[in-house]
Amino acid sequence: MRFEPTAPPHVRPAGGVTRVMGEVLLALVPATIAWVWFFGPGLLYNMSVAALVALACEAGALALRGRAVMPQLLDLSAVVTAVLLAFCLPPLTPWWITATGAAFAILFAKQLYGGLGYNPFNPAMAGYVVLLISFPEAMTRWLPPLGDSLGLAAASLDPWQTLRFTLTGLLPEGISWDAISGATPLDDLKTQLSLARTVDEVRASALYGSLGARGWEWTANWIALGGIYLLWRRVIRWQIPLAVILGVCVPATFFWLIDPGSHPPPTFHLFSGATLLCAFFIATDPVSAATSRSGRLVYGFGIGLLIFVIRSWGGYPDGVAFAVLLMNMAVPAIDHFTRPRTYGHAN
Amino acid sequence: MTQPRLWRFHGGLKLDARTARPAAESIGAVPVPPRLVLPLSQHVGQPAEPVVAVGERVLRGQPIARPRGYVGAKVHASSSGTVVEIADHPVPHPSGLSAPCIVIETDGLDEPWTGYEPSPAYTELHANELRARVRAAGVVGLGGAAFPTAVKLGAGSGLKLLILNGAECEPYICCDELLLRERPEEVLAGAQVLLRALDIDRCCIAIEEDKPLAKEALESAITAAGETRIEVVSVPAVYPEGGERQLIKVLTGEEVPARGVPPDIGYLCQNVATAAAVARAVLQGQPLISRIVTVTGKGVAQPRNLEVRLGTPIAELVRACGGYTEHAAHLLMGGAMMGFPLSDDSLPVIKGTNCIVVASREEIRPRAPSMPCIRCGECAEVCPAQLLPQQLFWHARSGELDQLEDYNLFDCIECGCCDVVCPSQLPLTQYFRYAKTELWARERDRVRSDLARDRFEARRERIEAEQQARQHKLEQKTRAAESARGDDDARKAMIDEALERVQARRESGESDDGGAER
Repeated sequence: MRFEPTAPPHVRPAGGVTRVMGEVLLALVPATIAWVWFFGPGLLYNMSVAALVALACEAGALALRGRAVMPQLLDLSAVVTAVLLAFCLPPLTPWWITATGAAFAILFAKQLYGGLGYNPFNPAMAGYVVLLISFPEAMTRWLPPLGDSLGLAAASLDPWQTLRFTLTGLLPEGISWDAISGATPLDDLKTQLSLARTVDEVRASALYGSLGARGWEWTANWIALGGIYLLWRRVIRWQIPLAVILGVCVPATFFWLIDPGSHPPPTFHLFSGATLLCAFFIATDPVSAATSRSGRLVYGFGIGLLIFVIRSWGGYPDGVAFAVLLMNMAVPAIDHFTRPRTYGHAN
Repeated sequence: MTQPRLWRFHGGLKLDARTARPAAESIGAVPVPPRLVLPLSQHVGQPAEPVVAVGERVLRGQPIARPRGYVGAKVHASSSGTVVEIADHPVPHPSGLSAPCIVIETDGLDEPWTGYEPSPAYTELHANELRARVRAAGVVGLGGAAFPTAVKLGAGSGLKLLILNGAECEPYICCDELLLRERPEEVLAGAQVLLRALDIDRCCIAIEEDKPLAKEALESAITAAGETRIEVVSVPAVYPEGGERQLIKVLTGEEVPARGVPPDIGYLCQNVATAAAVARAVLQGQPLISRIVTVTGKGVAQPRNLEVRLGTPIAELVRACGGYTEHAAHLLMGGAMMGFPLSDDSLPVIKGTNCIVVASREEIRPRAPSMPCIRCGECAEVCPAQLLPQQLFWHARSGELDQLEDYNLFDCIECGCCDVVCPSQLPLTQYFRYAKTELWARERDRVRSDLARDRFEARRERIEAEQQARQHKLEQKTRAAESARGDDDARKAMIDEALERVQARRESGESDDGGAER
């Protein structure tokens, strides 16, 4: 009797890239719900625009490169990039801005480097930084949590008005930006501190909550929940999230203890801005991260540290995107110096 | 017994053992087949050299081939009959090539040869004598590697501990478990003989924690014998713990040096089945002519373990297990992780055959198409050699051979763990095997070109030396002629001498010509 050949090992991998990316998307569902609850449905519109553009760009680039389009579209990596980009954008963002970011992320940061697995930079962060530099005004027009219900804004848009704005960039008649928008807590804190007010005075405002800021702290909690799910599912390992958190908290605690008047407590850093999104979802993008265990600790800690530095002394209220891109550059060096010792070899 | 402290080796996988069905049956027997095909190379080292001729009658247990070189092993007839052929036949090997074999047509009498003396009083024998008996019996490592046991026993001095490896971690394989359950006293006796042969007094037998029956059986045999030098240790069931280096790490916390062997750090590792074979060889004078083989998979009607004579075709094993089922699609020798595929069931069982898997298409799905590496690092998390498979893959694919050596490719044990966890479904182990052969080929080429260069240089030096010598001679002659210019007698003498030389040469040339004419 004759038999068919097969190559060892004869046990096949259980999951694929699609499973990894699918789990990441699933883990973002609670945060999405919280986000929409506090900041309106703009996130969903931005996600849709970003995802459609990202998939179209991915398909186009793959076709131009003469690669099989469907397997790589179905791996969902472009969708993950799009969704993470959407999480960074203000809820009211006109579609062309979102589309520009998504297109840059996929075409320049990913496909020009060779597509999935070859991009040295986190595509979502590269796309976001392009938008931050190109459309600074639109990128800083945030909405206060829960619209006008906390008295932080004079008016708010309903879902239809939000959709109309996303599609046209026009606010409804009689509503001005001043009436609906509000600064992000990080932005507000930075401005107020520069006006020589103390952290405690600033945080007395209704914008701020117990840990960070209202709304923001809750989305951060749900992001952390998604992150714990990813850890449990072994989609990500603990080194990068922990190192990012430590990288932010260690210097934050240090400066807060020295000068609590001009430095917010570490919990504020943790639960405002994109710290936890970065720790669990952005810095953990395996392609652009360091790979060995100790390398991941160095990489994550570097990101956390840079986030704190940019927030405290830099020109931007949040520094996640820059921190990630800067550490992406350091990855080859980190990987080189953190190679694990092979069994039976001396150190 | 108290459980000693254990360590962990890096990575590894918890795999489904897939041994429930064969482990529920006792060890069965296979009838003597009409033809036995015994490859001359069933072990690591030089192929053995036949000591029988075609047409000769041989008895069960009679030596039919002797080792060539120190690293080698004898081959014995596994039943009585007539040698009908000594020629190349397909052998079970990953290459799928043919190799020299001795073919015996059995006579059904199974008449024993009694050339080897049983030595129940083995304690009176010297270690060298014990080793010689093990060598005479053709015993090799039965865990799959088939390294000649006597050579291994002679390797070390100053050993601390004998480790018997009963950590059968690879899916499908359970022949050692059955051996330990049904014949624990054989393994125990083997351990005692090995301790004597190594002249040490500590032995540790490692059994995976998911085989409690095997552990109990062995422990009660040890208690019954009142043996205190041997301890049974339960180790976690993690693949590839059965690997010698991994097991030593788990039991001792020490690592075998990369280019070294376990005796370098005071340990000697033998498989439990090898120990049993040693016991039979020394105590009963029985050479290695059979072994236990797990026959399993969804392609076999009644999976079970069988005591099989070496040289028996695989088809006979399957017949003894109720034949094939309709699902039979793949045939493997070895387990699910490192076993290699066979194309044909007429191939014989050899000393290293621990398992035959007849798998269905569902058991071994075709590989999904590969995606690019996403650098997730899971491969490095599970690599028991603590390598960076993704870096190795990267360099292997781009043919950067120096980088591969730098990333310690040769420490890869090809366990396949990285393949199993790769979300991009990359055939990493295949890449590494390929890269190793490339590096070996390069090394061979390098050696060859070094040799050629050495030869070339030697030739050039020789030619130069000859030229110099000629030059030197000429100069001497010229100088002599010049110094003789003033002296007529001396000149005359020189001319006469030269004429004589010419004359002599002409004469010898003529006689040569004459010789040619005759």
